[in-house]
Amino acid sequence: MSVDAVGARIDARAWGWRHAGRSDWALSGIDLIIAPGERVLLLGASGAGKSTFLHALAGVLGGDDDGEAHGELLVDNQAPNIVRGRVGLLLQDPDAQVILARVGDDVAFGCENLGVPRDEIWRRVDAALTAVGLALPLDHPTSALSGGQKQRLALAGLLAMQPGLLLLDEPTANLDSDGVQEVRAAVETVVAKTGATLVVIEHRVSIWRELVDRVIVFSAGGGVLADGTPDRVLAEQGESLAAAGVWVPGFPPARPVRAARRDTNAVLTTEALVIGRNARAVHGEPIAVELEGGRALAITGPNGSGKSTLALTIGGLLPPVTGTVSAAGLANGGAEEPISWKSKELLTRIGTVFQDPEHQFVAATVRDELAVGPRALGLPEHEIEARIAHLAERLRLGALLSANPFTLSGGEKRRLSVATVLATRPPLVILDEPTFGQDSRTWQELVALLAELLDDGTSIVAVTHDREFIAAIADQELQLVVPTRARRDDGESAR
Amino acid sequence: MATAIEVPAVEQHSKPKPPSRWRVIDIVVASVIAVAVGLVYFSWNLIYSPASAPLQAALPGLQALVYGVWLIGGVLGGLIIRKPGAALYVSLVAATVSALLGSQWGLLTLESGLVQGLGAELIFLAFRYSNWRPIVAVLAGAASGLALGINDLVLWFPGATLLFAVIYISSAIVSGALIAGLGSWFLVRGLAATGALSRFASGRQATVDA
Amino acid sequence: MSVLTPIKGTQAVYRLNPVSKLAASAIISLTLVLSIDWVSAGVALALQIVIFFWAGIGLRPFFRRTVPIWIAAALGGFTMLLYGRASGETYFQFLLIQISDGSIELAIATTLRMLAIALPAVVLFITIDPTDLADGLAQIVRLPARFVLGALAGLRLIGLFAEDWRSLELARRARGIADRGRLRRFWGQAFALLVLSIRRGAKLATAMEARGFGAPIERSWARESRLRSADGVLVALAIAISATAVTVSVLTGNWNFIAAQS
Repeated sequence: MSVDAVGARIDARAWGWRHAGRSDWALSGIDLIIAPGERVLLLGASGAGKSTFLHALAGVLGGDDDGEAHGELLVDNQAPNIVRGRVGLLLQDPDAQVILARVGDDVAFGCENLGVPRDEIWRRVDAALTAVGLALPLDHPTSALSGGQKQRLALAGLLAMQPGLLLLDEPTANLDSDGVQEVRAAVETVVAKTGATLVVIEHRVSIWRELVDRVIVFSAGGGVLADGTPDRVLAEQGESLAAAGVWVPGFPPARPVRAARRDTNAVLTTEALVIGRNARAVHGEPIAVELEGGRALAITGPNGSGKSTLALTIGGLLPPVTGTVSAAGLANGGAEEPISWKSKELLTRIGTVFQDPEHQFVAATVRDELAVGPRALGLPEHEIEARIAHLAERLRLGALLSANPFTLSGGEKRRLSVATVLATRPPLVILDEPTFGQDSRTWQELVALLAELLDDGTSIVAVTHDREFIAAIADQELQLVVPTRARRDDGESAR
Repeated sequence: MATAIEVPAVEQHSKPKPPSRWRVIDIVVASVIAVAVGLVYFSWNLIYSPASAPLQAALPGLQALVYGVWLIGGVLGGLIIRKPGAALYVSLVAATVSALLGSQWGLLTLESGLVQGLGAELIFLAFRYSNWRPIVAVLAGAASGLALGINDLVLWFPGATLLFAVIYISSAIVSGALIAGLGSWFLVRGLAATGALSRFASGRQATVDA
Repeated sequence: MSVLTPIKGTQAVYRLNPVSKLAASAIISLTLVLSIDWVSAGVALALQIVIFFWAGIGLRPFFRRTVPIWIAAALGGFTMLLYGRASGETYFQFLLIQISDGSIELAIATTLRMLAIALPAVVLFITIDPTDLADGLAQIVRLPARFVLGALAGLRLIGLFAEDWRSLELARRARGIADRGRLRRFWGQAFALLVLSIRRGAKLATAMEARGFGAPIERSWARESRLRSADGVLVALAIAISATAVTVSVLTGNWNFIAAQS
């Protein structure tokens, strides 16, 4: 089966787009030509319209009721929505791209839409799965796949359509380091094999640097800011891009300066702790944790090793399967086990920041969101106001106080979820993947804030796979392993 | 090339009638809403009896006052998607989901969903799919309630007395108007505020231009 | 949620086309609903139970999935007992409650009828794979593919609901508001779940369009949905059960057409 698809050509002439209901143009005056087979990395500050551009090329921006366009945008000299099958778009969220329940069916979906005959479909499905490195049976359930596997599955689904243009919209932002490598390798194989044109958006430049031969930078609300070889553009624009939040190699975010360590007491210890969910243990052996005031513990390990479960158990949200978590240092003379504390007691002792900030939002405005914790404690109004003002200033949320939390950008949501935890000043803060998918600016602020907390005596536990974060913040590291007996692929704790 | 020049390449004609073809996002989001509502229906199937028992004991037929929960699908679907057939579709799919989960009325759950959805759909149609104000939502809910009342009496309570029938239908209408009609309208407003409906007309009208 | 993943097995019932299962269930429901008498419902129920066990449905999963039906049937019967149209001798009367010969008969009939209609539906439905059903509806019944597949994709998101719900619960405990107000919290969580789901649905719609879905091209089908002789047997069985039930009921003079009531 030949997979030789000649790359598609992109022409943009003074092109722009405005979403319905907005007064500002998302982007305008885009003038560029991308030749068949070129590999392009698209960079720019958040809000520069990069994603909109890719969606337009894929023909999925919508019609008149979704917005209006000006200028011309052509793929192979035709309007994008006429040549749908020629363009493949890979999105950021692995879960939102799984369409059918079985692996084979999901990959075949694109082919079905294009009217490919049945025999040919299954031939293509086989070839596509091999090309992305997913050697799974065709009736394997898609819900049992990890994030990296799901992204590769989506890529296989696109590949089966034999596209001439491959568009990747932050494909690795929601993946852990293993997933990132898997997807990158798969894309490299696919592009080499098919000669398709490639356009990638990512804010971590180092992932794609070696693969692309051209870098284009969009400016916010405007057109093309820079266009050329990776070396030239990154040298010219590197600093301003880094300031805008892009992870440019050679312009790393600043690391905080830590104060001198002081001697402190133990805050939390565990005794023969076996963690698990629904009384089913993740590991057979107990895990030992010992945390002192003003220290940071990083919990690391691959998918399925129980990192989140451990964090939630320490935080008093999940009960241990056996053994105890003991937080005498926090308990103020009451019961020692966090799981036995009431919700309100937990507020002032342990704060937990979830991996997905949206799970924590309970109010309709940012201001109310920040007030939830202090109100639950029954603090007087003026005290609540003071705390809100302080947090808004510290975490740059001042302009957003009356906005609905769900309408915030990714980085803003992360800052808000951290702020809500800090509103009640707990001496122990637990964070689940705090730097997941964050741009370098937010990363820098977050790390600086956490360093400040540590210097003030707050203890931190962070589940993370970000080595730079660990280097900047952590004092101890606890590495978890995937339990050998639980290596079945039924997706119990696969993320 | 960074200035946003006003190039009126696309005409700004006012649309007298909204587009009636369903986009893919209309279908998928309508299905998602229907699934969520179907879950609510299923949960309600399990607990409605103790909730309505005191009402039933007070006055037979009054238990229909809490039946508005089963009418949410149609009104909600219409208010969010705002296309012809939305109320019917969401009501039908929600009923299917609750039937698949093991509803005690089996396949007739679908028939109920169809009939109730039709009630709401007819009201939206009567307003030519252009009026989405609270009063229309209330009327749609009431119409669904009427459909539910008649449907139940014919199929499940054919041996009941006239008094029961009157009380049952009236309660169903009131319940539909309040829980399904007004309730759905407020729910849509809350959803629009979160920005989740930004690709729908129902979401854009409610939020201020940012 | 395991509820949308069908029970797998090797008995014949698992290989039947979902469309024929739907048809069989419809035939039984629509026929039995026409009358409210204990003979037609009872006969149908007896025949169904025989066939269930002959088809090899496990006792445990059967009862687990059908518990709500048994409860609802009992409650429905009870309602009829108290408020059904009175006839014959009256045994008890209090305000609007009137237990009489007529209402007792109606109660038994109602209970059996609910069981006879709902049980086969559940048994058939728990063995249906949603993707196969979508294939069947689009290829055999010829419903528009856009709607059927769009609905299927939306339906799949239900699998993520449970995980989200758990996270939402834990988050509320962490936010300090989990001590009181269970009901209010429930609705708050349900709202949040709805927001998350709609968002995901919008992203899913974009992903589907990116794979050519909804484009004006004639679609092909990777999995063929066909009706086989076994499907014919199922539908014939459904007709036979319904016909037998109705015949016995009419012959014994118990047929009680619902339209003749109100």
